[in-house]
Amino acid sequence: MKEDLVLPAPREAAADSAGEPLLQVAGLTKHFPVKGGFPIRRTVGAVQAVDGIDLTVHVGESFGLVGESGCGKSTTGRLITRLMEPTAGTISYRGKDITHASRKQLAPIRSEIQMIFQDPYSSLNPRQTVGKIISGPMEINDIVPEGGREKRVRELLEIVGLNPEHYNRFPHEFSGGQRQRIGVARALALEPKLIVADEPVSALDVSIQAQVVNLLQKVQAELGIAFLFIAHDLAVVRHFSQRVAVMYLGKIIEVGDRESIYTRPRHPYTHALLSAVPEVNLSDETDGGRRERIRLAGDVPSPISPPSGCRFRTRCWKAQDKCAAEEPPLIQISGNHEGHLTACHFPEEPTIEGRDEDIVLDPALAALEEGIEGQ
Amino acid sequence: MTTLTKEAGAPVPADADAFLSVRDLHVSFKTEDGIVKAVDGLSFDLERGRTLGIVGESGSGKSVTNLTILGLHDPKFTTVEGEILLDGQELTTARESDLEKVRGNKAAMIFQDPLTALSPYYTVGRQIAEPFMKHTGASKRAAWERAVEMLGKVGIPNPKERAKDYPHQFSGGMRQRAMIAMALVCDPDLLIADEPTTALDVTVQAQILDLLRDLQQEFGTAIVFITHDLGVIADMADDIMVMYAGGAVERGTMNEVLRSPQHPYTWGLLNSMPRLDSDLDEPLNPIPGTPPSLLTPPSGCRFHPRCTFQDRVGGTRCVTERPLLAPDRASACHLTAEQKRTIFIEEIKPRLG
Amino acid sequence: MLRFLFRRFLGAVVILFLLSIVTFLLFFGMPRDPALLMCGKTCNPASLANIHHVLGLDKSVPEQYGIFLHNLFFGSNQFAQGPCPAPCFGYSYHTNDQVWSTLLDRLPITVSLTLGGAVVFLIVGLGTGMIAAWKRGSLIDKMVTAASMVLSSMQIYFLGPLALAILVFQTHLFSKPAYTDFTSDPVAWFDGLLIPWVVLSTIFASQYTRMARSSMIEQLQEEHVRTARAKGMSRKYVFFRYAWRGSLIPIVTIFGIDLGSLLGGAIITEYTFGLPGLGHLAVDAVSFSDLPLLLGVMLFSATMILLFNIIVDACYAFIDPRVRLS
Repeated sequence: MKEDLVLPAPREAAADSAGEPLLQVAGLTKHFPVKGGFPIRRTVGAVQAVDGIDLTVHVGESFGLVGESGCGKSTTGRLITRLMEPTAGTISYRGKDITHASRKQLAPIRSEIQMIFQDPYSSLNPRQTVGKIISGPMEINDIVPEGGREKRVRELLEIVGLNPEHYNRFPHEFSGGQRQRIGVARALALEPKLIVADEPVSALDVSIQAQVVNLLQKVQAELGIAFLFIAHDLAVVRHFSQRVAVMYLGKIIEVGDRESIYTRPRHPYTHALLSAVPEVNLSDETDGGRRERIRLAGDVPSPISPPSGCRFRTRCWKAQDKCAAEEPPLIQISGNHEGHLTACHFPEEPTIEGRDEDIVLDPALAALEEGIEGQ
Repeated sequence: MTTLTKEAGAPVPADADAFLSVRDLHVSFKTEDGIVKAVDGLSFDLERGRTLGIVGESGSGKSVTNLTILGLHDPKFTTVEGEILLDGQELTTARESDLEKVRGNKAAMIFQDPLTALSPYYTVGRQIAEPFMKHTGASKRAAWERAVEMLGKVGIPNPKERAKDYPHQFSGGMRQRAMIAMALVCDPDLLIADEPTTALDVTVQAQILDLLRDLQQEFGTAIVFITHDLGVIADMADDIMVMYAGGAVERGTMNEVLRSPQHPYTWGLLNSMPRLDSDLDEPLNPIPGTPPSLLTPPSGCRFHPRCTFQDRVGGTRCVTERPLLAPDRASACHLTAEQKRTIFIEEIKPRLG
Repeated sequence: MLRFLFRRFLGAVVILFLLSIVTFLLFFGMPRDPALLMCGKTCNPASLANIHHVLGLDKSVPEQYGIFLHNLFFGSNQFAQGPCPAPCFGYSYHTNDQVWSTLLDRLPITVSLTLGGAVVFLIVGLGTGMIAAWKRGSLIDKMVTAASMVLSSMQIYFLGPLALAILVFQTHLFSKPAYTDFTSDPVAWFDGLLIPWVVLSTIFASQYTRMARSSMIEQLQEEHVRTARAKGMSRKYVFFRYAWRGSLIPIVTIFGIDLGSLLGGAIITEYTFGLPGLGHLAVDAVSFSDLPLLLGVMLFSATMILLFNIIVDACYAFIDPRVRLS
């Protein structure tokens, strides 16, 4: 085991190779069959959980994947870590196609891609000690670090801010936040190059969530690990990721560096999403730099029969006939920064400042508000 | 702990204007591991038509408090002391049959997860009509019509048909709307909303929050809004009460609590929360440690094991003496008012970006 | 839903078909020759061969199975004992009676025993269980729980003779168990089955008590039950409308299994009280290596179990709209 894992020495190597693509995903698709029919059950349709997405994660970079439930972000994470078989598309890691690699072919790469799960309660085996859980990946991959596995586990416990003396304790003796730290230690055990973190802090209380986010950020910066950070919380994703992709119904609808996505979004859905985040306004001046207010109608449609063309069109205030007929390609729209891609035929102005008139698509809300104003 | 008899201080008499008045409430549960003091000396008031936001993390006692208001705790394992006055009626000692007349009628409740909170066995319309029949004596037919009307009001398209559907045929956001329709069907004066948007997606959450606010204006309902999300509370509340380990640590109007907070725990919450406009590439400032076990709560100030400002108070006051929470704008902390002001302005606010 | 039931029905037919094959193979795997039992004291190789021929046992196993299936669906006139209309399981080796009519003869006994017992144990079991759940933690609850623990660890072959000894032979409070046809004398029917019902339901009821109690308590902690209380519905209303509905699912499941297997023959109960029902018949069929009878009883029992499985599924749909509408 290399010495450079002892914190806080930052890793030079990571900086050198930064910018080089580590993970490349093209046309990634996952359809879950829907059974039905009579009298013999057969596949009658598909849940289009992920439908042809492209993304690239560079060495040492943190890439955020954000979207609401059912958008396919978690499925994407599972496909990339090969916990699920994709229906179509390719996943390449360091330029090598691993889409359909067998267990054996994957073995050398397995240790480099690790996963952190959402639920710190169910993702740790309750019958194993912390030491056993964290050394598990080393055992499976038959790796004995210098000084033995136990020494390494103690090191890892220290890195994630737990007491190395707790080596022999069981998960139930730890709080939720501490369990998530154990999960992080396990993911770090094999010196991964890429960690796929699926909602790693959403089950935690606010004050604990910040502790874990800081830990992940420390690990990312100091060990030069690339992250695919999957979450529904836009503020957390913004805080953690250098680049962000927004997903809707199995597609990436907008991707770019976080500055562009969060302050100059072009896709109406990104606008709606950002305007929906409730925020504490700490500035004393009232109404200073008021954010736009967009209220969509209803929920996300079913991914079994998604709308034709642009999938957001059924809830979009700018939708026209073209949106139903033609799927908008994910491209760089004029005025966008380099690498800021948007899939929209009629993009919005690149600002999140309040507009002349709120967009309220929800009929009940609109009716109530009219009534209130009329009084 | 036992040496400190008058921890919470003598309760002030109930506010005459208040519609809901909670005085020195103590709630404890018997569990296999011992007695959990879920709520420990809590007092607050709420006026008609206003919204009180209660913020706190899991185990702060915020949900327990509100179940206790409607008497929904299990009396076999729970001990309740103190006073809860709703429109002059004492609820902690009220008979079950009297509480039934209050629930869903004068005071209604919305829960976090609308999928499990609605019965899978009955139609949405029936579940909304039921309390209306019970409390107003309306006929089955009239109650059904009322249910349809309410569904329309909360924005369910085609309410006449959808009333015949079962909850599982509704989407998550629609279920929460149905839940709101059910809570408001008897035009209650008080609505208790327990994390009503936590299980929802952010765009749906925004719809529901706006809807609740607009309906409040129309119906004039007082709302107790419980959440862990400061952003949501900023959106909804007139007044805020911050809870920690079974007690209130700070209260005031929304602007007071969020723009000039006084309690180290409130500072911690604000500091640890990433925002859409906070400085990038600055680490968050989490509260160290973990929330205490309510089986053996810390002595003195409940927050002292996690508090980084103890030395400013000096001595052992934080460990031995539980700080009081005065009425109105107040915070339960031994720091002086001057200290609270300067620490916030000089040390906390700059970090908020 | 109808589609679902139809699919389940098709599945059941396939299972019955496979079961008949397995029974057939197992029978010919047995080390005993049924012909030897029929051959009697004057047995010689020639008469044995003759019996083999008459029974069709000299044919290959697949061939015999083919004949069995043909007879089952179309009947047969090939039997020496006389014509055998469909559904024809043939004639018993042992008694020379037509198997199907024997089954029909014995069926009322088993049905009377089972249904009568089921009515009692369902009412008593669910009743006490729900009272215990309603009064959870009280003395009544503790007594019910303790009693049901003791009773459910009892066995029929212990409780049955005990009941007979005390209630019938010593105190003469009840009549000796015997079966009289309901249509000929309902009073005698009731009188003769009372003790078996009581014993059978004592043991079953205790299980239903425990199940009803725990399932009710579980349901009472459901969030939607709390919501119903939060909107002002009375405790009684919530108990019987909201919690009760959900608690039925596990009860219906077990009841379906119990009823199906009891109707297929309550072997121990029937033996204990000397009631010649289907269970009795099954034991006879095995001990006399009576292939036609064995196949008849086996397939009949299996049909009962599968039938009640389907009924249980239909009940789920009735109870739970999520099943009905998906």
